[in-house]
Parts: sequence; structure tokens; C-alpha cells
Amino acid sequence: MGVIVILIIVSVLVAGGFLIAFLWSVKTGQMDDDYTPSVRILFDENFDSEKSGEHKIKVSNKVV
Amino acid sequence: MLQETCYHCGLKCDTAIQLTDKYFCCDGCKMVYTLLDENGLCQYYDLSAMPGLKAKGHFVSDKYNYLDNSAIQEQLIQFKLGDQAHVTFYLPQIHCVSCVWLLEHLNKINPGIIHSQTHFEKKEIKIIYNPSIISLKELVQLLAFVGYEPVIHLGDNDWLKKKKVNKKQLYKIGIAGFCFSNIMMLSFPEYLSNDVLELGSLRHFFIYINLVLSLPVLLYSASDFFISAYTGLRQKWLNIDAPIALAIAVTFSRSAYEILTQTGAGYLDSMSGIVFFMLVGRWFQDKSYDSFAFDRDYNSFFPLGVTVLEDGKELSKPLSDLVKSEIVLIKSDEMIPADAVLLTEGALIDYSFVTGENAPIAMLVGQLVYAGGIQKGRSIQLEVVKPVGQSYITELWNSPLLKTEKNAEKSFVHPWSQYFTIILLMIATFTGIYWSVYDTQKILPAVTAVLIVACPCSLLLTVTFTYGNVLRWLGKRKLYCKNASVIEAIHKIDTIVFDKTGTLTNHEDTQLEYIGVPLSAAEMIAVKSITRESLHPLSQMVTQFLSLQVTEITSFQKIENFIGKGTKATSGLFEIIIGSFAFLKANGIRQNEVYRGSMVCLAINGVFKGLFKINHTYRNGIELMVVQLKNEGYHLHLLSGDHPTERANLLKIIGHDIPMLFEQSPADKLQYIQNLQNKGHYVMMVGDGLNDAGALKKSNVGIAVTDQTHLFTPASDAILEGSQINALSDLIKYAKKAKLIIILIFILSIIYNIIGMYFATSARLSPMVAAILMPISSISIVALSALLSFLFFNKISAKN
Repeated sequence: MGVIVILIIVSVLVAGGFLIAFLWSVKTGQMDDDYTPSVRILFDENFDSEKSGEHKIKVSNKVV
Repeated sequence: MLQETCYHCGLKCDTAIQLTDKYFCCDGCKMVYTLLDENGLCQYYDLSAMPGLKAKGHFVSDKYNYLDNSAIQEQLIQFKLGDQAHVTFYLPQIHCVSCVWLLEHLNKINPGIIHSQTHFEKKEIKIIYNPSIISLKELVQLLAFVGYEPVIHLGDNDWLKKKKVNKKQLYKIGIAGFCFSNIMMLSFPEYLSNDVLELGSLRHFFIYINLVLSLPVLLYSASDFFISAYTGLRQKWLNIDAPIALAIAVTFSRSAYEILTQTGAGYLDSMSGIVFFMLVGRWFQDKSYDSFAFDRDYNSFFPLGVTVLEDGKELSKPLSDLVKSEIVLIKSDEMIPADAVLLTEGALIDYSFVTGENAPIAMLVGQLVYAGGIQKGRSIQLEVVKPVGQSYITELWNSPLLKTEKNAEKSFVHPWSQYFTIILLMIATFTGIYWSVYDTQKILPAVTAVLIVACPCSLLLTVTFTYGNVLRWLGKRKLYCKNASVIEAIHKIDTIVFDKTGTLTNHEDTQLEYIGVPLSAAEMIAVKSITRESLHPLSQMVTQFLSLQVTEITSFQKIENFIGKGTKATSGLFEIIIGSFAFLKANGIRQNEVYRGSMVCLAINGVFKGLFKINHTYRNGIELMVVQLKNEGYHLHLLSGDHPTERANLLKIIGHDIPMLFEQSPADKLQYIQNLQNKGHYVMMVGDGLNDAGALKKSNVGIAVTDQTHLFTPASDAILEGSQINALSDLIKYAKKAKLIIILIFILSIIYNIIGMYFATSARLSPMVAAILMPISSISIVALSALLSFLFFNKISAKN
């Protein structure tokens, strides 16, 4: 039964790890916004490689 | 012909502007589309259909000149180092996925923007940009160009900084949750009898870990309850947190004693569980509407910067630096920031926001103009006579009538918790006396068990979850309350005071009516030809009105225009005088009746013909709402800053039994509310503009009605969308249901308490009974509160 002591300690440590992860996420502001990231993840990011690559160069020349 | 809708903003196109296969309602929308197309940002249109915002036709480029002023920049920019600057703007226009997408891809349009991140619920954008490539002014211009004009006001900066997520509360919940779940798991062997698991000394090992785990719950997570109970007791007030703190302290002490003397396992699982549930309840109730500002003062209404004239040169400076006798330049559609004397002609000032008066007023050189008015004509110059903080409108905020703290009374739950505490202490005493007679060994276990079981936690859980739910459902019907105490205040309302302009009437929708001798077609053409020359808003309305009936225009031999008064014109057939009533009188037109209010009078060939009167259109469903409120027994009052010309109309709509007061100044309204309160009434004020600000603040519940939910709401307890005002009586009824829900659930929790009491007084409360009773009661309370608030809401919504 002595092994239970080790198991309990491990389990509390694992749970503690999750607690620390939670506290860290709150601290770094990951809980500040619970809506926008769910929208952002759906954005297609490869659009500027095909459709508008040339435009992009044009614009950056224009402004810089 | 099929009406085309604008590809950009979705409005109907009157004169369709076509670009390849797409139609646009105006050049502005087309230009935005072209810019996005050039930069490969057309995915904007794929994410949601017609996501754009109608481009403002006249794009005033020098509107943001004040952003070049370094003192103003310092106020706005949160962080600046080398070629990086951070700035956060409030963009109330954010409404869909496309908005987020476009705003986060602004760097494709201008490489000076390094990174932009939106916060959808707060409607904010945080931009990191390179000030050597794009200036703050250019950045704001770009945002405004694509349709997201930031709202920049003096007071909002502090407000943006204040709006931080309450992280401490989340830490406390996290830690309590962690400890609770682990204690629960380690307590499990205790629930089973010792015969099943032969743990031996391991049992003590588990219990000691529990004791260690419960320390953070007691010392950190539950600290708010102890602090609140202590401050309550110091003010000789037994608040709801006092019995809770007592229960937590007793539970912990008894558990620690049992564990250290190795006589039992204690009730640490119940204790940490209840702390966890109560913290979650408070968090649920306090989660408010991030994107609303309920506590704006006058600062939020004024722009951040003004243009002043110094030695003939235009100069931008922060509003706070504006001093007496400076000359300010106010352009069209800008707000007058301080009380000032008019120096140039052409002032046409819309005071609707300050006084509730509907039509713009023409002012003469040398007249005093008040802060808060909006210039509707061309640019004017003003000499400041009073600093911003001392103007007529801002002095309202310093009124001694507003000094008293609002809703300072304690919640109705508090007296309950007092009775609860007293009864609880009595039961504990009787239990103690009983066992001192029969079995002195059981005094302490029984008394502590009573205190452990009968904690008013269930009451707190009921209240916090019910208010949280009710707030959310009200939000679904576009009534956004500031916090839970607003709902409590609504419970006591017996009097409702309405403002007229902008509250019962719709600001954006006014109709013109012609009263008098009917006009011939030729006369109408003549009148229209005159009014179309004038820029006066009333005159433009007349032109629009007549355009529906005649299309031709004639020319005149002679036109004399008197700014802000009227016009005299002569053609072959007619000599027309059109303008204000006083203007006609000054020109010798006889008219017995005296008209007042917003209107344009007309005389042809020296004879008074009639007048064009502005009719306010009332919001839909006002009549029904008023009848409903009367039936519920509320005293209704109406205060208007406008002229009493509307009285007859109003009588038809809201009935004869409602006191109506016209030409009320903001201070009058404030005083009126005060008088009602002095008579012992509990007053709800429903208003919209700055002119109601004092009354909204003074009333017990101030509801600001607005058509653009995120702009220009004075300090209030709740914000109601204008289209929903007809549902006001339903919403009040629903808010009042919260009390019923709380009472129903409280009865349930009393049943739980009686069951627990049975075990406790007979000194048979085992940790297992406590561990079963606690989660069952908590979870059933939370579930029932959610269910009841949903059912009542459905009942009210179903009626419409």
C-alpha cells in the first residue's frame, strides 16, 4: 500500500501543475478575452500568397 | 427595376455606382472597396455579407488635427519606445467577424502598422505601430476611412485603463477549485467504512494532506468573506458574509481539531467546496458588460482637443489646457467645449443634447453659447468665457443634490441573513443546552455541526446566480444593467419619469407637416426654390418635403437671406417671406395666433399662409407600454426640455392623467426627481441626453435610452436600446421576478437546512452526510435558478 503515498504525491503535483498553468494563463491575460480568439482561429492566412502578392509589393513601394 | 444593394454596406443604392459586377451606394463605399481590393483584403466581403459601414460622404481631413499635438498624443499612447508605439482605441462599430478580420489585417494596407489586435466584446483595438512611418493622426484617419472611426473622448482614456479583468477573483477561484477537488478525492476513503479499505496509518496521511490543502482556501480564497464580515461588524452591521465567515471559521477549527487529535477527518471537503461555489457565484454575478461605460461624466462627451486661434494661426491643443478669453474655432458638426461668446456669424447650434430642444437655434454675434451644443452651420469663432469644468452643463455634476450616494441601502437579502443568523445562533444554543442535560460529551460536536450545516451559503448562491442570470436575460432584450444592485433597485420602483425628446421620440426620424391654407403647385415650386438655397436644417427639411410633391424649380429676381431668421424673395408672381415666426412679424405680417416651437412660417404676398411644423415621430409601441405601466400601478411623469407644442399629440399617446412639464432645464429635471424622492417615491428616470444626466444620476434607477448603443450615453444605471423601449414594462416585470425566484429557491434551501439540522442537532453529522448534502444543495440551487430565470423570461418574451 506504500505505493499509494507516491501516487498521491504525484497526482497532487500533476494537478498543481495544471493550477500553475491556469494562474499563469490568467496572469498573461489569456482570460481577458474569451470571444475574439475563437473568431480569429478561423481566418485563412494564406490569402496574400496567391491572390494579392503583387498588390502587397506595390503598396509597400508606395508608402516606404 | 430590381433595387441593388451596396456591396460594401448593404444599403439600398439610389443611384447605383457600378464597378465591374458590384454596386455601391456612394463613392465613399466604392473607395473603401477599392482600397481593400488593391491590398488583397477582399476576404472581408467573404466572411460575412455586406459587412461594411456606410462611408461618411464628407470626410473631413482636418478633423483629427489635434492628434498632432504631443500633449494629446501622450494621453493616448500607452507605450512608446523607438519605432514602436502602442495605442488602444474604442471602436463601437465592431459588429461581426469581418470587422475583426479587417482590423487585424490593417498592416496589409499600411506597413507602418506592426500589429493590431481586437477585443470583440470590449470593442477595442490595440495597435502597435511605427510612428516614423504612420503618425497617430494618419492611423486614426485610416481607421475612420475604412469605417471604424475611433471614439476619442477626454474621459474615456481613464476609463479604458480602469477596465481590467478582476484577476484576483480568478486566482481565488482557481486555487479554491484545485484544493476542493483534491480534498474531495483524498476524502473519499473516509466516506467508506474502514473495513473495505484497510488503510491503517495511510488514513492519517490523507487527512494531513487535506489539512494542508485547506489552508490556501481558508487564508486566500475565503479572505474576502472574512474582510467583509469584519468591516460589517465594525460598522455594527451583521451582513451576509458574517454568518458565512463564522461557518467557515467553525468548520475549519473543528476539522483541524479533529485531525490534530486524530479523532476524525473533519469537514474540509464541504468547506472548500462551498467557498469554491460561492466564489464562482460572485464571479458569475459580477461579469458585466465590458463594452459599456455606465459612469461617464461630462468629460466623455467633449472632444480631446480643440482648435484655437492664436495670432491668426490655427493651433490644436488639449481641451484641458483651454483657458478663459482664448479664441476657439468650431467647425461644422463639432461640439462647443466651453461656455463662450460668439464672434462670427453663421452660428446654428443644435442643443438637442443639452436641452432636449429639437431644432437648431441661430445665434447672433455677441451672444453667449453654452458648452454641449453642436454647430450645424459653417465654421465659427468663439471666445471662451468660462473654463471647461465650470460651464453651465458641467456644473450639473457638481450640484449638491448629486452628492448623496445612490442605492446605499442594503439589499433585501441582508435582513434575511440577519434573521437567519439569529435563528441559527438560537438553535445552536438550544442544542447546547439539550446536550448539556443528556450527554455533555456531545455539546461541542453538536453545536459546531449546527454551525457547519446551516451556513447561509445557499442564500448567497441563490442571490448571486439568480441576479447573474436575470442580468444576462435582460441583456438579451437589450437592457444592459450596470450591476445586480440595479435589479434590486428596480424592485422598489413606484414612479417612472420619462424624458420626451430622444426617449419617447426617435431622434433620427422627424416628419414635417404643413398646417394652413393649401398651397398651389406654383406656390410650392416657388417656396421650394427658395428653401433649397438655404443651408438651414429646417429649410432643408422643407425642401425635402416639397420635393415629394413638385419637381420643378423657378428663379427669382431678388433673394435676401437673413441667416438664422429667414428669407425674403420676389419673383414675377409672388413675394415670399419664409422663416421664423418672429421674422414674419418683423416684416409686418399679421397673424393673431402665436406659434412656438420648431417650425417654418410662410407668407405669400403679405398674407400669412401657414407653417411647416416638425412632428416628432414617437417610437413604436409607446401607447401600449404606457397603458401597461399604468395598469401595473406606476406613477408616470413626463419632463421635456422642448416647447409645449407637442402637448396635444402627447395627450393622445400617453393619456390625460400623466403630469407633463415642458421647457425643463437640466437643473429643473434634477430638482423634480429630488422632490419626488422627498415625497417618498422611488423613482426610475428614463432619458437620453446630457440634459437628463443630472436626473438620471439622481434617480434611484437611471435608464439611458440610446439608438447607437455605444455612443453618448450619460452616466446611468442601465442602458436600453431605443427600439426596446416599448418592452420596458415587460422588462421591469421580469426584473421584479428575480425576487420571486430568490424566495422560491430559498424555501428549497431551507428544506436542505432542516435535513442537515436533523443530523446536526442529534450530533450525528458524519463527514459523508455533509459531503453529500453540500454539493447536492449547491448544484440544485444553481440549476433551479437558471431554470426559473429562463422560464420567466420565456413567459415574458412569448407575449410579444
